Amino acid sequence: MKDGFAARKRKEKIFKYACLALTFSSVLILVVLLYHIGQTGNKYLSLKFLTSWPSRFPHKAGIKAGIWGTIWLISLTAAISIPLGVLSALFLEEYKIPGKIGKIVEINVANLAGVPSIVYGLLGLTVFVRYFGLDRSLLSGALTLSLLILPVIIVSSREAIKAVPDAIRFGAYALGASRYQVVFWHVLPIALPGILTGVILALSRAIGETAPLIIVGALTYISYTPESVMDEFTVLPLQIYNWASRPQEEFHYLAAGGIIVLLTVMLSMNFIAVVIRQKTSKKVKI
Amino acid sequence: MRKGVKQIEYTVRGALGLCALLTLVTTIGIIFVLSSETIPFFREVPITDFLFGTKWAPLLEPKSFGVLPLVTGTTLIMVGSAIIALPVGITTAVYLSEYSSEKMRSIIKPVLEVLAGIPTIVYGYFALTFITPILKILIPRTEIFNAASGAIVVGIMVLPMVASLCDDAFQSVPKALKEGGYALGATSFEVIGQVIVPYSASRILAAFILALSRAIGETMAVTLAAGANARFSFDPLQSVQTMTAYIVQVSMGDTPQGGIEYQTCFAVGSLLFLITLAMNVAGQTILFRYRRGK
Amino acid sequence: MTNEAVMTCRNLNIFYGEKQAVFDVDLDILKNKVTAIIGPSGCGKSTLLRSLNRMNDFVPTFSMNGVINFEGKNVLKEDPMVVRTRIGMVFQKPNPFPKSIYNNITWGPKIHGHKVNFDELVENSLKAAALWDEVKDRLHDSALDLSGGQQQRLCIARTVAMKPEVILMDEPCSALDPRSTIRIEDLINDLREDYSIAIVTHNMQQAARVSDYTAFFYEGELIEYGVTDGIFTNPQEKKTEDYITGRFG
Repeated sequence: MKDGFAARKRKEKIFKYACLALTFSSVLILVVLLYHIGQTGNKYLSLKFLTSWPSRFPHKAGIKAGIWGTIWLISLTAAISIPLGVLSALFLEEYKIPGKIGKIVEINVANLAGVPSIVYGLLGLTVFVRYFGLDRSLLSGALTLSLLILPVIIVSSREAIKAVPDAIRFGAYALGASRYQVVFWHVLPIALPGILTGVILALSRAIGETAPLIIVGALTYISYTPESVMDEFTVLPLQIYNWASRPQEEFHYLAAGGIIVLLTVMLSMNFIAVVIRQKTSKKVKI
Repeated sequence: MRKGVKQIEYTVRGALGLCALLTLVTTIGIIFVLSSETIPFFREVPITDFLFGTKWAPLLEPKSFGVLPLVTGTTLIMVGSAIIALPVGITTAVYLSEYSSEKMRSIIKPVLEVLAGIPTIVYGYFALTFITPILKILIPRTEIFNAASGAIVVGIMVLPMVASLCDDAFQSVPKALKEGGYALGATSFEVIGQVIVPYSASRILAAFILALSRAIGETMAVTLAAGANARFSFDPLQSVQTMTAYIVQVSMGDTPQGGIEYQTCFAVGSLLFLITLAMNVAGQTILFRYRRGK
Repeated sequence: MTNEAVMTCRNLNIFYGEKQAVFDVDLDILKNKVTAIIGPSGCGKSTLLRSLNRMNDFVPTFSMNGVINFEGKNVLKEDPMVVRTRIGMVFQKPNPFPKSIYNNITWGPKIHGHKVNFDELVENSLKAAALWDEVKDRLHDSALDLSGGQQQRLCIARTVAMKPEVILMDEPCSALDPRSTIRIEDLINDLREDYSIAIVTHNMQQAARVSDYTAFFYEGELIEYGVTDGIFTNPQEKKTEDYITGRFG
């Protein structure tokens, strides 16, 4: 009996340390990944790298076109997807569609979030590029990305809206407010920080998207900055892909340089989102 | 005045409803777009040739449209990533929910979030320039482009999803149930293995299904790391092509619209969509049923 | 009748972080007796009970000092898993495992590697918990199909199967209907033959019905401890009297 007990304790210990080790493998992976990229990417990282056009010669190449393309594309995507996503979430959460249709919409949003991004690319190619005749323009890309991140924005916004205490709604209704007044004057402002967190995370995901943009025909070699939403474009991840897929090692260093810029932007966005979440998680609890 | 408010109310409701409807339109759009090119494709190529053919060469003469090589390529990536993501993901969740202190949790959680947020193209670069060279040292016959390398990074990518869904599942096990186990003198290992995991089995299954579906739809990492060689084989050290990588390959070239090559993209896309849809519906249904049961 | 103590608590102090929940308590759990722990909610009675078999170890901010003597050792210094095999616990809400009735009872002995005839063990445990007749034909059905009262008796059977010395009960009837409550109370009466029992309850009639000794707690302190009849008919302390006569709590 006593021996059996010692054996069980040993098993417990081994299991615990195995869990700990496997859990920390994630941390290790992240450190190795960032270190590897930092090491290969610092060779070309300079102001010149940020302000040059792509080039056949590695030492002359830069990511100016990619940066400007990404800025344009993400601004446009934000302008389209944020209002659509937040308003949809408000409707689904505050105006609840009754019965079967409501359930279908709910399941549909969850499933859309799981559709591979490349399928959105095929959708964008057929509808926006060809059918609407928008060609390989920024607008085609932004519309495609908007559809892609819409489910993400809706899901996270709904969570934020759900977290608004009912007491606030009842308080406003008790003053004779109409539903839209309750929703826009009370619920939305309180849910806003939570919504913002979700939106920033969704946009930071959009910044890294590559596959659907390849399908809708974003280019990899461009030596101008876009001037209108109908211009052709490239984006940073696509530039990285182009360099990474070449056999010469010098171009891999360029790719890593681009990745450093991309990750810096993304991680700062994630950081901002986390700060907003932590700042507001203490507030408004009734 | 009151009437004005009513009118605004109806307008607002209608406008918001239209936005929400957009998600349904998107789904219908996807189905319509995919089938509008896939149906003509199947008029040219018998569906059985497509589904059961073992040679995929739509861009070369003589053309051949057997999709199985792409399916085996995708399967290799899926299985390989599962070997990494499932055990590590579930043990991470066990550690987070049963062993870790609050402080540990506040370190591990953001790390997982960052891992989940890193763009797939970055993982592709990592696979190509870091993991593949290591594999080549370990096993010299490894090809420059190989399924194993792609599978490893896809595994890393979906790991946070497994961990967070399993963590949710473990957190929702009633405290009373765990206490019942401990009160009988059980160790944590015994409570986890025989009370917590069986109780959350269906939600763990859902987590696995959803994560694997994500792995199947993964594109850029496998395009960069696993290559573009549609081969009907299960050798993880060789170059393969996944369904997603094929679509990218065609899009990077100058394939004219309306040709059979162009249509193959949509046929492959349809297959990809159906597989991931089936898995997502299965996974979501389990989670949905659970949420309502509560 | 001997009054031999199986557990003796001395100078027990319990804290949640900075906040002290139990102050300097001396308490004996007597062999083959039922000891009731009563008091208004928040008086520390559950905290104390859950400390006796180290179930509070799971609360991150929890700490305690003092001595709990049990079988010649200090519970505070022992391995909690060993402690819990000897001191069983029944909880407020029935918490059967989502397994069959049979496996609920055999799970504890199995993980501890007890070499016994499991069929016999199940039958004896269920008989001890007065549940055998109701479930003997469906031992392999899910425990979750039982009614709340039956589930609670199954949890008692599960505890009995470990053959503990002491059984702690944390308001075991608070989630049950009156009929089930009576059955559990009858059961407690029978169990006293083989086990020493400590029961937390905020139902004073229940304490009066089932217990031999009663301890009254107020704001983390043990105010009065003695034979149940004495406490209820002739309390020595003003606070005890006020509580028993329903002036607060």
